[in-house]
Amino acid sequence: MKPWRCISAVGWMGALLLSLAAQAAPMGNEDARHLLSRSGFGASPEEIAAMARLSRRDGVERLLAGAQQNPLSPPPEDVVAYLSPKSFREAEGEAKKELLRLQRQRGVRLRGWWVAQMLATPSPLTEHMTLFWHNHFVSSLEKVKSPALMAEQNLLLRRYALGNFADMLHAVAKGPAMLVYLDTANSRKGQPNENFAREVMELFTLGEGHYDEHDIKEAARAFTGWSVAPETGAYKWRPFIHDDGVKTVLGQQGNFDGDAVLDILLARPETAEFVTNKLWKEFVSPEPDARQVKRIAAGFRTSGYDIKTVLRGLFMSPAFWARENRAALVKSPVDWVVGTARSLDMRDIPALPTALALRQLGQDLFAPPNVKGWPGGDAWINSNSLLARKQLVERLLRGEESSGAGEMAMRAAESGDNGDKDDRERQRMARALAAMRFDLDRWNDALDKAHLSPETALLSAAPAGAPLDDSLPLRERVKTLLLDPVSQLK
Amino acid sequence: MERRAFLSLMGAAGLSTVTLGPSLVWATARNPYQRLLILVELKGGNDGLNTLVPYADPSYVALRPRIALRRDEVLQLSEQAGFHPALQSLMPLWQQGELALIQGVGYPQPNLSHFRSIEIWDTASGSDEYLADGWLARSFSRQPTPADYVADGVVLGSQELGPLFGGDRAIVLGNPEQFLRQARLAVPGGATPRANPALAHVLKVEDDVSLAARQLAAGPGRVLATEFPRDGFGNTVRNACQVLALGKGVAVLRLTLGGFDTHQNQPGTQANLLRQLGDGLAALKTGLQELALWDKTLILTYAEFGRRPKENQSNGTDHGTANVHFALGGRVKGGFYGDAPRLDQLDGNGNLAAPVDFRSVYATALERWWGVDAQAVLGGRFAPLPLLRV
Repeated sequence: MKPWRCISAVGWMGALLLSLAAQAAPMGNEDARHLLSRSGFGASPEEIAAMARLSRRDGVERLLAGAQQNPLSPPPEDVVAYLSPKSFREAEGEAKKELLRLQRQRGVRLRGWWVAQMLATPSPLTEHMTLFWHNHFVSSLEKVKSPALMAEQNLLLRRYALGNFADMLHAVAKGPAMLVYLDTANSRKGQPNENFAREVMELFTLGEGHYDEHDIKEAARAFTGWSVAPETGAYKWRPFIHDDGVKTVLGQQGNFDGDAVLDILLARPETAEFVTNKLWKEFVSPEPDARQVKRIAAGFRTSGYDIKTVLRGLFMSPAFWARENRAALVKSPVDWVVGTARSLDMRDIPALPTALALRQLGQDLFAPPNVKGWPGGDAWINSNSLLARKQLVERLLRGEESSGAGEMAMRAAESGDNGDKDDRERQRMARALAAMRFDLDRWNDALDKAHLSPETALLSAAPAGAPLDDSLPLRERVKTLLLDPVSQLK
Repeated sequence: MERRAFLSLMGAAGLSTVTLGPSLVWATARNPYQRLLILVELKGGNDGLNTLVPYADPSYVALRPRIALRRDEVLQLSEQAGFHPALQSLMPLWQQGELALIQGVGYPQPNLSHFRSIEIWDTASGSDEYLADGWLARSFSRQPTPADYVADGVVLGSQELGPLFGGDRAIVLGNPEQFLRQARLAVPGGATPRANPALAHVLKVEDDVSLAARQLAAGPGRVLATEFPRDGFGNTVRNACQVLALGKGVAVLRLTLGGFDTHQNQPGTQANLLRQLGDGLAALKTGLQELALWDKTLILTYAEFGRRPKENQSNGTDHGTANVHFALGGRVKGGFYGDAPRLDQLDGNGNLAAPVDFRSVYATALERWWGVDAQAVLGGRFAPLPLLRV
């Protein structure tokens, strides 16, 4: 071996040893807050302190090992009770109105239930991933209507959230919520509906540009026959409307059914890359590193689509920990609301008004805007949503004066109602959240025990606004930090 | 809301005392944006064939045995075509010659994905071309709006900036009063970040909010007598008129009405949406007339695509290509433009050809309405349509 090669090998070994050392040493408060707030939603001082003692590798392994398959508490029984379309058709007048009211109310309670899981879960990563898959395999109450079917889909997404992607794709595609949402349930041979066939390729597996219109038409034929039994809301196979002829999808020919087409999509390397790329944007940075994505995706595919494998790859990549990628992602409304509540240790905030707050901020759970899901990133923040976020913080931190004259004045100001439904909803929510108390003393004690400053606990980079005035009371400092532009980032 | 309540809210927010010094706009610079442009997005892809119905074409009924509108249902506009009955409110506009119907609008090599196709429309790109900013944003960066404008554009009824994306100053509004109440929470003037696009974005929004709030709060405003429909789109139209009633400059309003992706049970859904659209546009005209802006406003509709001529098995229609769009306003020359749909000449996917490139509609707004260089904004020469009485 030539001498220069020796030297470069030594240099390389040195770098490796250094990075191994970084992985083995306790990560400290800043890294702990970073890992927790990226993988879950915010983090309390206690959670940060506990994580800070672990090495990066052990911390990541602990998060992955803590994954749950079930929610902390099941959805309310009546929310999962299925109402058939027939019961709506047959009801008349007041009875029909009552049924619709019941359905709407159950939809609201379903949202509240999920928010409660996010606030209370011991594995925020599980809920974060469930939300990620909800935004990947999109279905919406707006079209599906039935809260029971949406609840069933949510439980399914959580069961597979850190499990196997291939199994999840097959299961979710045949889930009644998806069959209704993308019209597979009513697609029949002769003139199949192309909705699901198009979106499964464009948004769930391959990504745009890796198939053509002909593939969509042919795949649509294969998905015919997957249906829903209207009386029970369960999946039902209907052989008589299935097109059992020969189809050609992505160059392969055969008498395919829906499952066979999904397997063809899963066999393509583009699928692992498409999903890994999306996960990178969710967890690492807005601009994926193409070479790293390819490397991590290859591992994902070789593992047979094990989701923990791809997450481990992302969380252990140097890019995840890199300085330049801190404060590089825009917080979603869930990050903002649930994350702030968890960071301030306000886990008992009422779930229902919180769900309504999320809707107002642009992330109405169980009702993404369309099949592509929430666009996310910079699109979360516009003039409207930024102000709404700040107002929420102001309410959460209003403190003692909220019970007295200040609160009355606020309500009076807000009763300037112009008949807007959103306005009324906003007021209801505002009142419920205004009743909340931030336990400043307890939070302060926790900071002290963890040797954490409020800045490190709450922000992922130095504030962008005016420097913090240390002589201010803690409540004002917390408020200033949360109103700072940097607090919109994670 | 009453004027008095509005003022007291502004007072509560500490904004009523803010007054602006003399305008710092270059006194000599010509402002092309004195005429207002209002874009109305029919999100999801409105079905043009059941909006402007070719009722006399036998292929129409043959392709749509279940969802076709019958000759005696449509509001006849010509021997060939008529409106969906839910568009009754647009009839006076049509009769007064203030409504142009542009048929066959689309682009070559159509993309049938909602997301890619609206991106093509928003950025005014070719089908295989990827552009980073919206077509209006490009116009504003070439020729900025005056500094005393509230914003380049105000977005209502949507959280997405669409054609204003990537631009200098665009504001998304819930409603104007609430915006003023909350604007004091903005943190403007943050330090310019190192390479961090996310932070740069947040800082820009903080600045936009503060600036827009200063402009809005400085205006006298007025209360509108116009009655607006009490539905989703009616609210959006009302908020749009309230922004204009504040009497401050703005170049573009973009209004969105969503829900047009009618793969299933189209007839009821589309009828409801078209009724909202027609009633809303009629109220918009009344509001603009009250503000003496009707002759200074051009309203254009758009959508990512039209829908497939042949109905599907779910009583609906799948994604298609060419579509009909509206242009209306006090200076619009009403009538038919473009070419009627050729249902006997569908492409391999069963879709319509698009004889009118959507960028010709944009060129009409840029060149004929504003007098800005359309070729530079659109990256090519697209012939404007002769639909304006300028």
